[in-house]
Amino acid sequence: MAEFGDCADGDQMDDQAAIHVEDLHKRFGSMEVLKGVSLTARPGDVVAVIGGSGSGKSTMLRCINLLETPTSGRISIQGEAYDLRTTRSGDLEIADRQQVQRIRAHLGMVFQSFNLWPHRTVLGNVTEVPVHVLGVSREEADARAKAVLERVGLGDKLDAWPAQLSGGQQQRAAIARVLAVEPLAMLFDEPTSALDPELVGEVLSVIRALAEEKRTMILVTHEMAFARDVATHVVYLKDGRIEEQGPPEQIFGAPSSPHLQQFISSVT
Amino acid sequence: MTEGIDFSLLALDAPGWGGALLTGFLRSVELAVGGYALGIVIGIIGAIAKLYGGRVTRDLAEIYTIIIRAVPELVLMLLFYYVGTDLANRAMQAMGYAGFDVNGLTAGILVIGLVQGGYATEVLRGAIRAVPRGQIEAAHAFGMSPAKVLTRVTLPAMTPHAIPGMANLWMIATKDTALLAVIGFSELTLVTRQAASATREYFLFFISAGVLYLILTLVSNYGLRRFEKHARRGMDAAR
Repeated sequence: MAEFGDCADGDQMDDQAAIHVEDLHKRFGSMEVLKGVSLTARPGDVVAVIGGSGSGKSTMLRCINLLETPTSGRISIQGEAYDLRTTRSGDLEIADRQQVQRIRAHLGMVFQSFNLWPHRTVLGNVTEVPVHVLGVSREEADARAKAVLERVGLGDKLDAWPAQLSGGQQQRAAIARVLAVEPLAMLFDEPTSALDPELVGEVLSVIRALAEEKRTMILVTHEMAFARDVATHVVYLKDGRIEEQGPPEQIFGAPSSPHLQQFISSVT
Repeated sequence: MTEGIDFSLLALDAPGWGGALLTGFLRSVELAVGGYALGIVIGIIGAIAKLYGGRVTRDLAEIYTIIIRAVPELVLMLLFYYVGTDLANRAMQAMGYAGFDVNGLTAGILVIGLVQGGYATEVLRGAIRAVPRGQIEAAHAFGMSPAKVLTRVTLPAMTPHAIPGMANLWMIATKDTALLAVIGFSELTLVTRQAASATREYFLFFISAGVLYLILTLVSNYGLRRFEKHARRGMDAAR
């Protein structure tokens, strides 16, 4: 994507990183949720983020597209760092809203509760961002939307309303909505946690297919077996810090931290 | 006329009053439509000010809605009409537009719109809050500008929640126009009173006016129901 990576500040940023997070802190009031998290995803990486509830994994993911503004730290997407400035109270705030919008348009996010727009059909949900944010023509957006909906197995649901779909179908439509923007990285925030158990599989198999295509993704999940299977890199968050990270064989096969050992044995 | 009601008084041409009644009715509809439309615009601005504004904006919106909802509409109308037109005309004169008079219809629409806006602010604020946060968050996450989020997601998503309250406000707007009779605006109620006192046929003319208001309400009901069905089409779709 031409508009990324051509930013001038080539200091110690990892040039190859699709997503680079450095020393991220996030405080909500007096509660510090993230206490210095650094993370890099290179193109094609599937980074699985695991950890107990309250460990800060969702907050970290939401900082990547600035749905949460970090208290301090640095985030860059394809080498371009978000332009954040320090407020009088010492927190960070967005300095260049247009830059944030431009970067966000290329970072697709899949939410735990799908968050489809209920007043648009499935097709309308998928064409919304290409047409109204990226400026793609209606015909092209329709064609692309049909193709991605076909991919996630919803080719026959173009005109359905989100309310007519099962949870698994809604989440697959939400994944199609992300694919339609041809994202340079996908952010998954516990994509199967709100689903009935029998619907989890259909969503995971779509995500697995995307991972096999070497799409860059960061996946916050409780599905340990799935993370072990598809991830290229696993990050274990504990109390706002990365306690251990590495390839899935190491994290799941030979965890060294006692917390991680305990966590894995409690969820598998 | 003890022998019965002389319906020829309703003839469209003089000496019948039918034409005058219909003109008054159209004035009422104009006032209601204009005032209601203005009320929606004020309501959207007020709701956004209350939900997303800074402290000062929020406080201003709060003061506005408190005053509008605390003071009887008739008092507000008299106040806005006399004080408002006076100020407007003075301002016009000061700017050199001597002799310019704020048009009665414009003044009436402004007065109704300002009152409607206070109530619409609260209806729309509630409706926007009923939209699940995640839907708006998703729009932001995909890089929509705040204006796009509002027009493409927040407003259409809140519309189904707003319709019952806003439909009520429309009904009130149609009837609030009658209050403007007090300030001499020749809408349906004033014309009816004139016709009735000129002919001494009170029953005939007030019943006729009642029927006209009723027709307006029935037609509105039909239109609103269709609009509600359209706005809720995604929500009512059965599994």
